Amino acid sequence: MSLIVAHSLTKTYATESIEVKALQGVSFEIEAGAFLAFVGPSGSGKTTLLNLIGCLDKPSSGRLAVADIDVTQLERKAAASFRGQNIGFIFQSFNLVPVLTAFENVEYPLVMVQEWPLVERRERVLKVLKAVGMLEQKAQLPEQLSGGQKQRVAIARALVTQPKLVLADEPTANLDHETAYRIIRLMKQMRDNFGTTFIFSTHDTRIIGEAEKIHTLEDGRLVEDQERRAANV
Amino acid sequence: MFKLAKIAVRNIRRYRRRSLLTISLIAFGVVFVLVFVAVSSSFKDLMVRQITDSYLGDLQIHRRGYVASIETLPLNLNLSPQQAVNAAKVLQETPEVDSFSERIKFGAMFSNFTETTNIRVNGVVPEREFATCPQMATRISAGDKSVKALEKGKILVPALLARGMGSKVGDTVVIVATNKDGSVNGKTMVVSGILESATGPGGRDGYIHIDDAMEILRMTQREISEFAISVQRPERIDAISALVQARLAAMVKDPAKMPFQVHTWAELSPFANIAKMVDLMTVFIKAMLIAIVLISILNVMIMAVYERVREIGTIAAIGTLPGKILSLFLVEGLFLGILGALAGMGVSLAVIFGLYLWKFTFSFGQATGLVLEPTIDPLQVAIACAMVIGVSILASLQPAFKASRMEPIDALRHV
Repeated sequence: MSLIVAHSLTKTYATESIEVKALQGVSFEIEAGAFLAFVGPSGSGKTTLLNLIGCLDKPSSGRLAVADIDVTQLERKAAASFRGQNIGFIFQSFNLVPVLTAFENVEYPLVMVQEWPLVERRERVLKVLKAVGMLEQKAQLPEQLSGGQKQRVAIARALVTQPKLVLADEPTANLDHETAYRIIRLMKQMRDNFGTTFIFSTHDTRIIGEAEKIHTLEDGRLVEDQERRAANV
Repeated sequence: MFKLAKIAVRNIRRYRRRSLLTISLIAFGVVFVLVFVAVSSSFKDLMVRQITDSYLGDLQIHRRGYVASIETLPLNLNLSPQQAVNAAKVLQETPEVDSFSERIKFGAMFSNFTETTNIRVNGVVPEREFATCPQMATRISAGDKSVKALEKGKILVPALLARGMGSKVGDTVVIVATNKDGSVNGKTMVVSGILESATGPGGRDGYIHIDDAMEILRMTQREISEFAISVQRPERIDAISALVQARLAAMVKDPAKMPFQVHTWAELSPFANIAKMVDLMTVFIKAMLIAIVLISILNVMIMAVYERVREIGTIAAIGTLPGKILSLFLVEGLFLGILGALAGMGVSLAVIFGLYLWKFTFSFGQATGLVLEPTIDPLQVAIACAMVIGVSILASLQPAFKASRMEPIDALRHV
């Protein structure tokens, strides 16, 4: 069953002088539980596509359904609510709240978005922190963590609400190769543990091979789909 | 809410120096307002008490038209004996009235047998006058300071007049006055004391026993010029004035022909204008506080939003609703206000207590050696704090609203 169905998606950014077509008629379907990468050079439309799937932006035309919801029609508040209930985000720069500890950062969506009761919340946060191997650092502030540790916390934050989908935009761009590889492995492991669909964008050829399915974008167009470790990446 | 508060407090601590500066500014504003309010209201209360307890009373009752002609002390505008009895009955039956003193006021000539000058004289019942104007005794600088100073045949001479005429305690003087029929009469009296001046009307009057006044004016029955009234709760003066007015009106058949007029001290003393100016200044000072808080909080919160755009984008992206983001920044602004208000309140109370212990003395008009003992009404403290907190929320609204309206995609792109 498809978790995401995109049909003829276009996205055009218009400025006063020029019009940039970031996506040009992109269509695809993504199954639930997938571990998928959008790859392509800078400016190919990877981030734009993730923003559309993540309900952070709206397409200029085309249809996009996430978990059977036509997300192109969602109003601002409804989109926020949908994200809070269904989507986890992992950012390139980790984007942890600097005044909150690792525990509190992971706890944040359960408090501020889903309003879980204290006991269940604590139990859940500890479980996810343990899963990403950050239990010992739970009381540390982001500034006290390394890049890899921050991204582990970010993964835990994305997973803590048990979303249907986790979107990761260049999650390893700020990490060294070894750490990047570990993070991708961790994401995959989390997919296996929690059954969450993972979609990430990258142009790092060293980690692309970890994706089970790869969509390649070029100039806003989907040029090829490759199943598991395509030879030419 | 607890989490919101926790995040707000941590963000305040995150920008420690800036937060401290903002809190200090707000605290400075609060100190300025509270100390000013304490000093000015204590000064005002002190002066009002001086005026009311020295000679004016809190309220006065006159015959209609008397106050308009008070400079000439017209005897033909005195209350008739029956009206005076009626007024006294109303005052006795009004529990809010602490005491009252009836007075016969008239203009007279004061002679020490070598020189003559004019004097304004109050004929009073000594016990009632001392009860209604308890600071009367403190104004007597020489001679007997008790009710005995106003026994029959004795006169309390105003200090300025005594100095000018060279009169001393024990001297014999003559008071000569014209009664309302135009005939002149005089009475020899002994100076029992010298009465220091007080600020405002009546502050330079002489005092004699009411029976002596009647004798000089050849009155057979008491025709009263004014009732000076002391009330139990001066802060309710307007309500008590209205009550007395209503009760007096109830005694006459035709209210349109009501012979009595009731005036509060503020309607009779020019100091009321100074008091109003002090109140006006307090309003301006409070407006300054509002401006300080508004600018400080607005500035710091705009900075906070500007510096945390990506953070706002992140929390918005992960599903935080705009209302929650708004609350986050409102609570932060609110806490800055609360901390500033608390710090300001603490320092203010310490300063006011210090001033209270200092017992600063000053002169005002004719009154000297006035001791300022500033105190602050808890209500004023509450008002200042509520004002700061309210304005803090108000000042945080715009930046908080801006944060809540940010598109996460734009905010996440922010560098």
